[in-house]
Amino acid sequence: MSDHSTSSPLKTYFAVFFALLVGTGLTVFAATLDLGPFNAPVALTIATIKATLVALFFMHVWHASEKLTKLVVIAALFFLLLLLGLTMADYATRSWS
Amino acid sequence: MRPTERRVLLPDSTVVGLHREEHQRPELLHHFADEQQQRDASSLGMWVFLATEVMFFGGLFCAYLIYRHWYFGDFGAASKSIDVALGATNTAVLICSSLTVVLAVWAAQTARRTLLLGSLAMTMLLGVTFLGIKGIEYKQKFDEHHVPGASFSFENEPIPGHPGQYANPAHAQIFFALYFVMTGLHALHMIIGLGIFLWLFIAAWKGRFTPKYHTPIEIGGLYWHFVDIVWIYLFPLLYLIDRHP
Repeated sequence: MSDHSTSSPLKTYFAVFFALLVGTGLTVFAATLDLGPFNAPVALTIATIKATLVALFFMHVWHASEKLTKLVVIAALFFLLLLLGLTMADYATRSWS
Repeated sequence: MRPTERRVLLPDSTVVGLHREEHQRPELLHHFADEQQQRDASSLGMWVFLATEVMFFGGLFCAYLIYRHWYFGDFGAASKSIDVALGATNTAVLICSSLTVVLAVWAAQTARRTLLLGSLAMTMLLGVTFLGIKGIEYKQKFDEHHVPGASFSFENEPIPGHPGQYANPAHAQIFFALYFVMTGLHALHMIIGLGIFLWLFIAAWKGRFTPKYHTPIEIGGLYWHFVDIVWIYLFPLLYLIDRHP
């Protein structure tokens, strides 16, 4: 996007690519282990790391010359967490009814 | 640069400066100061669209979370019936396609025509592969009567980790409804993405992109990566709920 990100990004791209493949292998392997209540958090943590790598380096958020881009990304995540967080704060605490 | 700085007043008072400059930079629309600003504006617009897409898929993820919270064991049993090898292969296919997309953007930035066309074609090939594997997976689900509806059947399926307990078919049906809607909506995005990349390929073939102007490839790439990110979450949530023996 901006000029300093175009110098030699290939190394970054391939590093991210291999990290994503390793993450996929790791999440499949982790699913075969009995981690009790931690299976879902582990799977979601790996998925979030992978998604962050894609957004930062493949979608160039890291090098975005426009600060507004970062603001839009953060706003989207904020409202998603609001949606999921407040909903689950309700449903997950209804066991008495 | 202020417009007044470019104007050249000829003796007959005709303003030709702007006109000539537009011909030298045909891709630069007149309401932008320079290419960088034009690119940033396009990219920002795409990010705003992707933010609405996050909310769009967010509603489905929210529905999924609520039902998984209520029917955890049934969801585990239903998830176990999906072929994890196909899902993992598709994840790898999408990651490869994301790599070819960034290679396409880089090729456009550095004016490598062969790499650009090859990367765009490879992206489409990987996208079609993804949809083909998805089709095999759907076929399995149809054969097993796991498609929600009149012929749905999910009897005597054990709940993982709870010997002697069996999944409630009605609850499992909710899982499969979410599975088909979420992966189906994702597949629809893939099909739209294939259309975008076909258009990009044709435009690249005609030589429309230069290191100064390749915004459509970047914007199309943002869309493709977003669809990849959705899959990165769909894969563990739908395929890997309770896989341990």
